[in-house]
Amino acid sequence: MATLTLSAVRKQFGSTQVLHGIDLDVADGEMIVVVGASGCGKSTLLRIVAGLETPSSGIVRIDGRDVTALEPADRDIAMVFQNYALYPHMSVFENMAYGLKIRGQAMPEIKRRVAEAAEMLEIGPLLDRKPRQLSGGQRQRVAMGRAVVREPKLFLFDEPLSNLDAKLRVQMRAEIRRLQKRLGVTSLFVTHDQVEAMTLGDRLVVMHAGRAAQVASPMEVWGRPADTYVAGFIGSPAMNFLQATLAGGGTAATLKAGPTIAFADGARPGADGTPLTIGIRPEHVTVSPDGLPLTVDLVEPLGSETVIHGRLPGNEVLVARLPIAASDIGAVLPLTLPASAFHVFDAAGVRMGG
Amino acid sequence: MRKKVIFKGIALPWLLLLPQLVITGVFFFWPAGQAIYGSFLREDAFGLSREFVGLENFRDVLADPNYLAAGWNTVVFSSSVAIGALGVALFLAVQADKAIRGADAYKTMLIWPYAVAPAVAAVLWLFMFHPQIGLFGKALNGIGIRWDYKVNGDQAMLLVIMAAAWKQVSYNFIFFLAGLQSIPRAVLEAAAIDGARPVRRFWTIIFPLLAPTSFFLLVVNIVYAFFDTFGTIHALTQGGPGQATSTLIYKVYVDGVQNLNFGASAAQSVILMAIVVALTAVQFRFVERKVHY
Repeated sequence: MATLTLSAVRKQFGSTQVLHGIDLDVADGEMIVVVGASGCGKSTLLRIVAGLETPSSGIVRIDGRDVTALEPADRDIAMVFQNYALYPHMSVFENMAYGLKIRGQAMPEIKRRVAEAAEMLEIGPLLDRKPRQLSGGQRQRVAMGRAVVREPKLFLFDEPLSNLDAKLRVQMRAEIRRLQKRLGVTSLFVTHDQVEAMTLGDRLVVMHAGRAAQVASPMEVWGRPADTYVAGFIGSPAMNFLQATLAGGGTAATLKAGPTIAFADGARPGADGTPLTIGIRPEHVTVSPDGLPLTVDLVEPLGSETVIHGRLPGNEVLVARLPIAASDIGAVLPLTLPASAFHVFDAAGVRMGG
Repeated sequence: MRKKVIFKGIALPWLLLLPQLVITGVFFFWPAGQAIYGSFLREDAFGLSREFVGLENFRDVLADPNYLAAGWNTVVFSSSVAIGALGVALFLAVQADKAIRGADAYKTMLIWPYAVAPAVAAVLWLFMFHPQIGLFGKALNGIGIRWDYKVNGDQAMLLVIMAAAWKQVSYNFIFFLAGLQSIPRAVLEAAAIDGARPVRRFWTIIFPLLAPTSFFLLVVNIVYAFFDTFGTIHALTQGGPGQATSTLIYKVYVDGVQNLNFGASAAQSVILMAIVVALTAVQFRFVERKVHY
């Protein structure tokens, strides 16, 4: 158990800048999820913390100790890999015992810890098997077990659930969360899956093109996204973005689609006519008789709700998630965009006030 | 998933098999049959008549101290060639696997010796280690080591071992490199995070995962040293000095072609055949079972 601090961590591969200076403070026992699209640098960040890559500049501290120049072996960390990376020639027991043996633990102690972890992960009956005799979910548990027995300062997870089928993924997600809470080990979890990120993390690091676009709790990232990238990345279906200009001395926005709507949470700085982007989540759009006309062009029924894709006046695309039965393609649906659900971004995509 | 094709007639399948059957028949079964047949016969000194002598050729061969000496030479030679070629190839493969810059050039150059004919390879080593004109041979004598493989049997053995092993390093290298590259990076990284240093990672992860490859190569190398090194020995030492580098395969040639003792030579061939059959059987049994993790 420990804290983790990253200070201005940069990484270059040749002339390609992969990480543009990441700062992060992880508290003891906290679960941080690093989320982003592929190529955003999230795996590189994790590998730098693991010591599998060296940063081009910047400092990594575990429990206050500068470990930037240390080998992975000297960092007292454990990592769960995407493809499990079990040792194929060793039994489950040997896989879990490997790290303990290297650290010179006595055999009775190794046996006790492996048995304890195996019981916790319900893999006790599998200890004599080889990895090739296990299913994907079982391998995942063994990989977890190998990390748990080490009782490390830090857990690192590199997309550990992405090779599992959907049902198992949900189950393992809950188990990882429960286990992490129970053991209280500081964890860094990398994923491209926003649902995993939202459900697992105490805080999220949303990565975009080598930068941490936002570091905040899941609900804050969802409720107050720092920029249009984060806003569009977190939430499903993705947030709608509508073109608008500032009006009424900063107190309202004139949508390209027509109406001028007053902000529910105060004025924004800037002259009237300043271009804006208004974000609104599909689930916040409501149906009302005097709303904006949406011409429906795609309907996705989800059972309890319906996701409707259509076009507003001005030919802007809008997606709405509505508690109504499916309507016909080509139909016109009157929709209201509540000002209280607005996310206001400036021309560069950065959040403005509220 | 293999699909079973069922032929209607009997003619087409036989026709398709024919070329392989002819080749196997003419170049393997016929000479092998001749050898087995010949091993039961004895020819008179002038090659005019042959008589059936049963297992007497085998009894004579196995009681011949020269044959037993050749057998011992073969054990020394084959195990040294196999261990030397495997060890060097593994070392080079591990280095090549690590290399990033110039890796392709490095690999290509390491594969070249395999394209060199055994006799040419032998001549190459002869030029390097000839006591009077060879670069290293002269140098060794220059620093006071009495190097002359034409007089010293141990030195002759060392030279044929080096030449034969050198030829085989390329082949082993390719297999070891492929084996190394098939080990997932993440497994080695997991070991590094588990606290294993490079040397420990090699012995506890890489080496065991290469074991099936190593075993396969061990058998292939032994077969190579037993049977395919005739050219190397013939060009370098002709089995000499004395009998110092005469292996079983070389003695077959000496007894059959030079001494014209067909019965003894045929009996030796049959013994060698039995050895290669046994080696192949061992290889199939173990490789089939152990190759997959």
